[in-house]
Amino acid sequence: MSFISRGFRGRRSRQPGAGLIPPGQHLVDGFPVLSAGPTPETALEDWDFTVVDETGATAARWTWEEFRALPSETPTVDIHCVTSWSKLDTSWEGVSVDTLLEDVETSAEYVLAFSDGDYTTNLPLEDVIDGRAWVAWGYDGDDLEPEHGGPARLLVPHLYFWKSAKWVRGLRLLDEDEPGFWEGLGYHNYGDPWRQQRYQGD
Amino acid sequence: MASTAVPGRLTWRLAEVVATADETPAVRTLRLQVPGWPGHRPGQHLDVRLTAPDGYRAQRSYSIATPADRERLDIAVERLDDGEVSPYLNGELRVGDQIELRGPIGGYFVWDPSHGGPVLLIGGGSGVVPLMAMARARARVASTVPMRWLSSSRTLADVVYRAELEQLAAAHDSFELFQTLTRDAPEDWAGHRGRIDERLLAEVAGPADAARQTFVCGPTSFVEGVATNLVGLGHPPTTIKTERFGATGAP
Repeated sequence: MSFISRGFRGRRSRQPGAGLIPPGQHLVDGFPVLSAGPTPETALEDWDFTVVDETGATAARWTWEEFRALPSETPTVDIHCVTSWSKLDTSWEGVSVDTLLEDVETSAEYVLAFSDGDYTTNLPLEDVIDGRAWVAWGYDGDDLEPEHGGPARLLVPHLYFWKSAKWVRGLRLLDEDEPGFWEGLGYHNYGDPWRQQRYQGD
Repeated sequence: MASTAVPGRLTWRLAEVVATADETPAVRTLRLQVPGWPGHRPGQHLDVRLTAPDGYRAQRSYSIATPADRERLDIAVERLDDGEVSPYLNGELRVGDQIELRGPIGGYFVWDPSHGGPVLLIGGGSGVVPLMAMARARARVASTVPMRWLSSSRTLADVVYRAELEQLAAAHDSFELFQTLTRDAPEDWAGHRGRIDERLLAEVAGPADAARQTFVCGPTSFVEGVATNLVGLGHPPTTIKTERFGATGAP
């Protein structure tokens, strides 16, 4: 489209690292919060993380203590929210999804992450394995704050950030793809920020 | 949680600014004529895209302030002095100018009179914009669904939609208006003073009611505080829908 906004110049030249962010995004210094309801409060003694396989059986389960004893990694990644903010070089600590699926036998091709507060989000399984996704419990050297998804959230930095489900409690492996919460409300099923897959049909 | 799909593809449309109105020193209403607009539900938002002469683009989301009205809709833009887009929309843009937008977006933070009530709307600053679409939708069909409005502003001059809210409160028995000013209140101010805390919420929200639908919109810290307090007062989390904005907040 050749439309030009009269009198608009923008300020990309003032944005360091502007070439590092996907189209339609802008950098922020803070860490905006977006969620559809109140921040859930789950006591750590009641928290667990489960992997449910495609037959509906619990294939793996960790209590908080067991989960925190798993080997962790410290990814430093760029994150991109569909509401158009991006944040570069965010540092996290968490367990690779590869570690969580290590002993799980599956032929599933999709995964539905589920969270406290009834939130869900769907992803192709291949997008959460091979070092591309974590269940993160630390941010910037501290415990992950509840408003940012603590005690633990999914971290899938190569997709729009709604895929990085806050307050995540498990992964359900699926043979057939199933839309999650925002995906059922008109947001894109896959959500690649570099292809600006914000909404259905993008 | 029920979901309702947004039908079809969201295409960029060229909208014309047909009127502007300053609601407060920082918040301006843009009345837009949007050819082909598919309609929307109160509470939904849209994306605005600006394009510079060299092709550089910036886009942001804005809440829609009016219920569906064919190809007309209002958005309200708070000017952020260090912003990239808001000083353009609330400053440079004039009647007769065009902007690109697409929507509607978001199908969760929505209410219309057919959803019933009672309804509690709680807004901080310009977070009242999507709530106003709900209040206006209710007034337009002369609905009698009980609706309570609680908003927080810094000063009297910062109250968005003040005159219209007072009219709504005067005209409808079942629309109740509660307002608080956090910084400066005139001596004869009959509303509340200070931030929305647990005590004020208890007074306005009353006892927990599983049938009540609550919508909270504002800056992150505002929404966090209000939603957490409501849950603390016994309100079921599933009855509270939130919308947050603002590119600030401690990580």
